[in-house]
Order: sequence, then C-alpha cells, then structure tokens
Amino acid sequence: MLKARNIAQIFKKEFSIYFISPIAYIVISIFLIVTGWFFFSTFFLYSQAELRNFFSLLPITFSFIIPAITMHLFSEELNSGSYETLLTLPVSIKDIITGKFLAALAFVAIMLLPTLSYPISVSFLGDLDWGPVLGGYLGAILLGGMFISIGLFTSGLTKNQIIALLTAIGICFALTLIENLLFFLPESMLGFFQQIGAGYHFRNISRGIIDSRDIIYFLSFIFIALYSADLVMQGKK
Amino acid sequence: MIEFKQLTKYYGELCALDHVDLTIERGQILGLLGPNGAGKTTAMRILTGYLDPTSGTINARGLSIEKDILKIKEIIGYLPESAPLYENMIVYDYLEYIAKMRGLNEAQSRKRLSELADACGLRENMHRPIHELSKGYKQRVGLAHAIMGDPEILVLDEPTTGLDPNQIVEIRNIIKDVGKEKTVILSTHILSEVEATCDRIVIINHGKIVADGSTEELKQSSKSEYSVNISLKNAEFDNINTELGKIEEIKEIESIGKNHGALSVRLSCHTDKDIRDLIYKRIKEQPWILVEMTRDIKSLEKIFGELTKGN
Repeated sequence: MLKARNIAQIFKKEFSIYFISPIAYIVISIFLIVTGWFFFSTFFLYSQAELRNFFSLLPITFSFIIPAITMHLFSEELNSGSYETLLTLPVSIKDIITGKFLAALAFVAIMLLPTLSYPISVSFLGDLDWGPVLGGYLGAILLGGMFISIGLFTSGLTKNQIIALLTAIGICFALTLIENLLFFLPESMLGFFQQIGAGYHFRNISRGIIDSRDIIYFLSFIFIALYSADLVMQGKK
Repeated sequence: MIEFKQLTKYYGELCALDHVDLTIERGQILGLLGPNGAGKTTAMRILTGYLDPTSGTINARGLSIEKDILKIKEIIGYLPESAPLYENMIVYDYLEYIAKMRGLNEAQSRKRLSELADACGLRENMHRPIHELSKGYKQRVGLAHAIMGDPEILVLDEPTTGLDPNQIVEIRNIIKDVGKEKTVILSTHILSEVEATCDRIVIINHGKIVADGSTEELKQSSKSEYSVNISLKNAEFDNINTELGKIEEIKEIESIGKNHGALSVRLSCHTDKDIRDLIYKRIKEQPWILVEMTRDIKSLEKIFGELTKGN
C-alpha cells in the first residue's frame, strides 16, 4: 500500500538533492540552450507565430536530457549502499519509486518553466493560438513522465550510472524515432509500430487535440515502466 | 522477542544461511560472531527487511516478516556496515529526513534531533555535509539514524570497524546505554568487543550456528583443556618436572622463564576437573615457595578459531 507521508518525504528529499548538486543547474542550462537555439534559429524564417518547432524537437531533446536527470535515482544509492539504509526505514519499495518518480517529474516541470517565456514573447510578435501551446505543455509533462519512468527502471537495473544513462537514452530514442523507420516494415505492422512510438502521440497532443487515447498511452506506459521498476527492485531482495 | 525459524538464504547456488533457528529474548545484547562471509550480515538484512529469505521466516514481537515487514521496520533501528548515508546532505537535514520518515512531527523531530546531537556527540557537526565528516563521525550519524525512532530492537552491523580506540569506547558506551532497555543485535569481528558488551554470543560459520551462550558458558564449554601457570621460588625445573609430572592430568610441563628469582612454569592440563588443589598439595610437600598460581582458560579467540576452522 502506498503511504502518502512516506512518498512526500522521499519526494522532498529527492527534489532537494537535485539542487544540492550542480547537476540540476547544468542540465537545465543545457536544455534551455539546446531548445532555445534550435527554436529561435529557424523561427524568424517562417514568420509564423507558433511553437510547433519547439515542441517537435522536444521528444529528441528529452530522450537525452531526461535519462541524465534519472540516472542517479537508484544507481547511486545501490552503489553507495544508501539503498540499504533507505529500504530498512519503514517504507515500501512502491513508496520509494513513487516518491522518486514525482521528484523527477517536478524537476522536469521546473526545467520547462523558463521556456514559457517563448510563447509569451511570441505572443507579442503575432497572434498566437494558445490551444496547441497548452496541449504542448501537457504533452511535454506526459512525455517527460514516460521517459522518467523508463530512466527510473534502467537506473534500478545497475549500480553504474553511465550504463543506466545509456540504456535509458537508447530506449527513449528508439521510442521517439520508431515512426521514422516505418518504411522498412511490412504494411500489416505499420499501425502497431506507429501507435507504440512516443512521437506520434506527443504530436497529436501538441497540436492541441486532447484525445483520451494519447493520454491513456502515456499513462499506461508510465504505469508499466514503474511497475517493472518495482519488480526489478523486489527481485533484488 | 525475536524468533528465527529455519531461516535459509541462497544467493544463486551459494548458501548464506542454512536453516538457522534462533530465539532472542527481549532486553538481550546479542553478539553475532563469525568469519567473513559466514552469514551475519545476511541474517541482519533479512531481519531488517532489506532481503527476503529463500525459506523460513522471522517473527518479531508476534509479527512475521512476510506480512508485517513495514510494522517490523518501525520497531527496528538498523545501522548497516560502514554506515552508507547520503553523502551530499547536511547532517541536520539528513537526520531530520529520517525523523520525518519515522513519523515524528516538526516539534518532536526538533526535540529528538537535539537529544541525539548530545547523545551521539554530534553537536558541533550538525551543519556540515556528511562527506566532510571523518569515519568516526559518519558512524555516529549512522548510530543517530538507527536510534532515531527509539526502536525496541537495535541491529548494528560491525558498528566499530575503522574507529579509533577512544571512539570505540564511546560507541560501546552508547550501545550499552541503549541495551539497558532494548534488544540489541550486533555483529563484529572484534572478540574483545563482544566480551565487553554482550550478554550472549552466537557464533555462525558457513550459515550455521556453531556456538550459542554467554561468554562464560562458551569458555566453560572448552574447559577440558586449560593451563595452570605457577611461579615457584627455591625450586629447580627438573625437580618440578618429576614431582608434578606424577599428576596424571598434567600433559605437559614447560618453563616459561625466571622472574625475580621465581621460576615460572606452565602446566597444560587435560581434564574436566579443576586440579589446582591437587597441584597445591604436591607443592606443599616440597620445600618450594609458591608465589603465584593462575588458571588460564582458553581465550575467546581460541574458541572462535576452533569452531570456525577450515574457513
């Protein structure tokens, strides 16, 4: 059973740990530089007041950035042995996973916060349609959650943060790019592989069309990855 | 009360604990001894919920580890070996986090932290990051972590390794203090430590219990072999050898040196009885002057070595 008190404490500790080490500031800076550069370098060529370019790049940037945010979550604790002190406190593994997941999600939200200046500045330049922007941010949180759950899962697999990072990048990258490889596949399998890719669902939401199928896709993916992480951690006992 | 019932743990093919049965009464300080890899840490990790047993179970205060592990964790304080902590955190923040995890509210946790800062001698280091602390202070933070929730059962895995002699004495005093009311289980390689702190000793080897009892009982159990050291004035070794050699139970007589005109001799005895009176009677018949006689029961080191041989 999940216990809100424990989850809240783990969330608080994990979230504050992000900002004790310099990693948070480095990751946020890199994220803002990369997205800012790619967005504004072509923005004025189109002379259209929209953020489509920003959101279309997000799955790729996220597949690199988010594994860097999640890689330490379990690996570091397994390596230093502090996982033993953690697990022998009156908490369950599910509490730990939920707390860590929410802390990373909050971190991603913080990371996205400065990018709100893009739509705000764009809205001064032209008539911005806020629907796709809101959808884009909702999609970004869902996509972020999905990649975090993958990163959390790979972090539980190994003591080595680099392995956790690279494995998570591999999985996130594959899920993002799978739809670009569809022309290699027979027609009968097209539908399935298009649906399994994260890019397809993210694009739907970031057009401002909130379809329950896309939301269910992200939520069920998060659930499955977190559940797998739980199985991995149970298996270590 | 804690009951280990047929506790077994395999790591793949390797058997770490082999059907261990053990009952620990409330208020005991129990020392777990054993060579490296004997299964001490495994037993502690199962009790504290870090590992699951392959088969068998542990009951603590009527709760079983399969069903009520969260409740058991609430009444157990655990200090893992070498106290792995969050190195980046400040001592105060870390202990506050543990206090909250143990269900203390804001006021309670502030009060408890202040108590522990004094009890564990951490007052001056409360606002330093853990990674800046020396080994001894990290161990103290670990101990504060373990006794935070005022646990009924305290489990300590090699609490004094790597500490200097003064720190060892301090940590031992804290353990003894806590052990007045609580059940304490501690593992160690240091035999003098168990002699100094524990009511009961359990020796584990290859995942099995090979000895169980108080320090005295363990020493008694091997009293069939002991040596008596005597110092005699006015005596020659040859005379002693012939006269005392008449006592059947004495296996061997050796001279161990001369001191202030007295000759020291070690008599190795092989019997269940105390034969000091016999020796004294023999000496009285001679013109020798007895200045010293001590019985040397085997040290815990020797017993430990014999029980865990072939490792």
